[in-house]
Amino acid sequence: MSFSVPQALENELDELASHYPQKRSASLMFLHALQEHFGHLSQEAVDWTAQKLGLQPINVYELVTFYPMFRQEPLGKTQIKVCRTLSCALAGSAELRAHLIGKLGLDSHRHGPQTTVDGQFTVEFVECLASCGTAPVVMVNEDLLEKCSVADCDRVLAKGRK
Amino acid sequence: MSNVVTPAPAPAAPPPVEKIRIKVDGRDIEVPKMLPDWQGKPVPTTMLQAVQIAGGEVPHYCYHPKLPVAGNCRMCLVEFGTPMMDPATRKPVLNEDGTPKILRSVLPYEPQTPRGAIACATPISPGMELYPSSPATRQMREAVLESLLINHPLDCPICDQAGECKLQEYSVEHGQAASRFVEPKVHKPKAVDLGPRIILDDERCILCTRCIRFTKDIAGDDALGIVNRGSYNTIAAAPGRQFDNNYTLNTVDLCPVGALTSKDFRFKMRVWFLKETKSLCNSCGTGCNIQVGSRENVIHRFEPRENDAVNSSWMCDAGRLNYQWVGRSDRLQEVLIRGARSTWTTAVAEVVSRLISAPKGSVAVVASARQTTEELYLLRAIAARHGAITDSIPREGEGDRLLVSEDRNPNSQGVRLTGIAYTEMGIRLPEIAEGIRAGRIRTLLVFGEDVTQYGLDAELLGQLETLVVSDILPNATTALAHILLPGCAHVEKRGTYINVKGRVQRFMKAVEPRGDARPEWEFLAEIARGLGVASGFSTIEGLFNRMAGEVPALAGVEWAKLGDGGVTVPV
Ligand code: SF4
Ligand code: SF4
Ligand code: FES
Ligand code: FES
Repeated sequence: MSFSVPQALENELDELASHYPQKRSASLMFLHALQEHFGHLSQEAVDWTAQKLGLQPINVYELVTFYPMFRQEPLGKTQIKVCRTLSCALAGSAELRAHLIGKLGLDSHRHGPQTTVDGQFTVEFVECLASCGTAPVVMVNEDLLEKCSVADCDRVLAKGRK
Repeated sequence: MSNVVTPAPAPAAPPPVEKIRIKVDGRDIEVPKMLPDWQGKPVPTTMLQAVQIAGGEVPHYCYHPKLPVAGNCRMCLVEFGTPMMDPATRKPVLNEDGTPKILRSVLPYEPQTPRGAIACATPISPGMELYPSSPATRQMREAVLESLLINHPLDCPICDQAGECKLQEYSVEHGQAASRFVEPKVHKPKAVDLGPRIILDDERCILCTRCIRFTKDIAGDDALGIVNRGSYNTIAAAPGRQFDNNYTLNTVDLCPVGALTSKDFRFKMRVWFLKETKSLCNSCGTGCNIQVGSRENVIHRFEPRENDAVNSSWMCDAGRLNYQWVGRSDRLQEVLIRGARSTWTTAVAEVVSRLISAPKGSVAVVASARQTTEELYLLRAIAARHGAITDSIPREGEGDRLLVSEDRNPNSQGVRLTGIAYTEMGIRLPEIAEGIRAGRIRTLLVFGEDVTQYGLDAELLGQLETLVVSDILPNATTALAHILLPGCAHVEKRGTYINVKGRVQRFMKAVEPRGDARPEWEFLAEIARGLGVASGFSTIEGLFNRMAGEVPALAGVEWAKLGDGGVTVPV
C-alpha cells in the first residue's frame, strides 16, 4: 500500500500550519488529521509530517509514542474504551473489561489496546473519560455508554458482529 | 617581598570581572557573576559552578559544561539559603551579631523540610549560602539515586562502563546498600543496534538526554529522542533510521552510565586495565587531542581529550577508529639492505657514506606530512647539505563544520614551516621525476609515502643509484628500496604536529614499536650527525628546542612550554 495524502487534506493542513508562528506547533493537529483519515499513524505518516513541518522523524515519533490516543497499528471496526480511573474502577469497570476480553478471546495480562484477529473489535483500558458521575463508563467509537453493565457490553458485541 | 616588578607596557586591561560574595558550606567565597555557557556566551554563574570554584563537587548526570543545560536528572540538588529581606524597608534583616539572617529554602507546604534547588540550572545571588555537604543535601541525593536505580538492571559485572560509570561512583558515595523497591522492574530493549558503531542498552539509561543534546546541538543531526511515556521512556532513533553521523561515538563518552557502548570497544577490555597516554589524532589537519588506551602494548581505544583551542571535548568517529592498523601483522619490522636483513648501525653508516659521496644536486627527498615536525626538520637539514629538492604529498578530503579538516595530513604546517615544501605540496614531484629520468638525481630518500602512486613509478625508481625508504607498512615503494628503514606509528614515539591553524602540539608514546622499528627522529638524528648537519641534542626535547631556535615560526617555543594543549604559532 502506498501512502498518499489526498490533495484536499494536504491543502487543509498546509493552511493550518501557516497559522502557527512555528510550524512545529502544528504537529499534533497534523497527527490528529492523519489518524482520522487513515485510521492509524503509519511510519509513512510520521515521515510525511516531519517532512512537511521541517522536522526530523524522531521529533514526530516522540509525540506518536507519548500520547495514547495515537495509534501506530490499525484498530478494529468497533473500538471499545473502558475507563479504569477511580470512580469507574470502584463501580466495577475492571469486571467490564474482563468480560469483554474474555468474550473476545484477548489476553487480560496485556497492556494497551488489543484487537481481535478478525479486525472487528479493539478493547482498551483508558484513563478518566470525564463522566465520573455516571460510572462505570465505556466509549464505543464516538458514543458514550453511561452506567454501563455487562449486558450493555454484550449488546455492543452483538451489534458490532452484525 | 621586595621584588621590584618592572611595569610591563600595560596591555589593554581586561574588563574587571564582576564578582558575587556567597558562602559555600560556611566558607566565604567570591565568584564571578557570569561565566561562559556551553557556547561561550556569558550567563549567570550557577550554584554548581560556584561549588566547583569553592573546590567542591556536586554530583550530576545530565549537566555537562559543553552541552545546553537540561536540568532533568535532579542529582545535583543542593540545599541553600538566601538573605532575609525586610519587606517594608527592602533591607536585609540582621542577626543579633550583625550578620545577615539567612532564610533556608524549605517546602512551602511543609516548612520543616528543606527544599533543594538543582545546582546545574540555578543561578547564584549575592549573599546566598550553599550547603553542598549538609545532611539534607545528602538525603536528597540518596533519594534521587534510589529512584534512578528503580528500573536499573544492576548488571555492573558485565557492563563496559564499569569503572568509569557515574551511577556506580555516586552509588558508592551516596547510595544505599539495599534496594527497597520490591515491585517488578520495567523491562526495556537491550542491545539495541542504534547505528553502525553504537549499541544501546535502554535498561541502563537514566534518561539524562546528554546523547540527544549532543547529536542535535553539537553534531547537528537531530537523530535521537525519547519515545513512550513515564517509566517506559526509552532513548531511540526513529524506526528504520540509523544513528550514523561522524560523531556518534562521542555519545558513548558522554553517557554517564553504560547505556551507550561502542561496538568497537565493548566487551574488549575492562577500563581499569588500560594505560592512558596523551596523544593526538593524526587522521586530519585538525589534530584533535586524544587519550590512547592501551594494555600490554596493544591499543584498545582512542578517546577525545579536552582542548578548547582545538577540539573541545570531541573527536570524529573516523579518527577515533583509525588505530587498528598499528597492530597489523605485516608491519615493517626489519632493517633491510638490498633485501637482506641488516642492523641499524650498518644501515645508518651506509646511508651516511652514500650521501657523503653524492655530488651536490644529485639528491632528492620526499617526506610525508604525517611525519613529526622534528623529523621533517632533520630531513630538511640533511637535504640542505646536499642542495636537494624536497617535497611532500598532499592528502585531501571533504571537511565538515565541526572538526574534520579538508587537509587529511596531520602536519602540513610542519612541512611548510620546516621548508620541506614552502608552498603547495607535491608541485615539485614532476621536477624530481624529470631529474631522475635525466640522470641528474641519483639518490632519493622517501619517508612514509608510496611515491609510485604519485608519478615516480617503479621503472623510474629503478634508475636510481640509491633509494632509501622508511615506512611503517609495506607498499610498492618499500618493495623497491635499496635500504629500508622501518619506522614508527605516531603512538609509538614522541614528537609534535602543527595543525592547520598553527597549533603546535606534542604527543607521547603509548606503545613500543614492533621488531627493529625505531622512531624516525632517532635514526634521522644519527644520519644528520654523521653528515655533520645537526647535533647537540640527544632527546626529543633537545631536538625540538634546537629546531625552534632555527625555524622562524617557532621562535620562543619550547618543548616544556607546549604543555598538554600546545601553543599557537603564526602560520
Ligand atoms: S543513553 Fe546515556 S546519554 Fe543517552 S539519555 Fe540515556 S543515560 Fe543519558
Ligand atoms: S577531526 Fe581530524 S583530527 Fe579530529 S578526530 Fe577526526 S580525523 Fe582526527
Ligand atoms: S473515572 Fe471513569 S469517567 Fe472519570
Ligand atoms: S545535573 Fe541533572 S538536574 Fe542538574
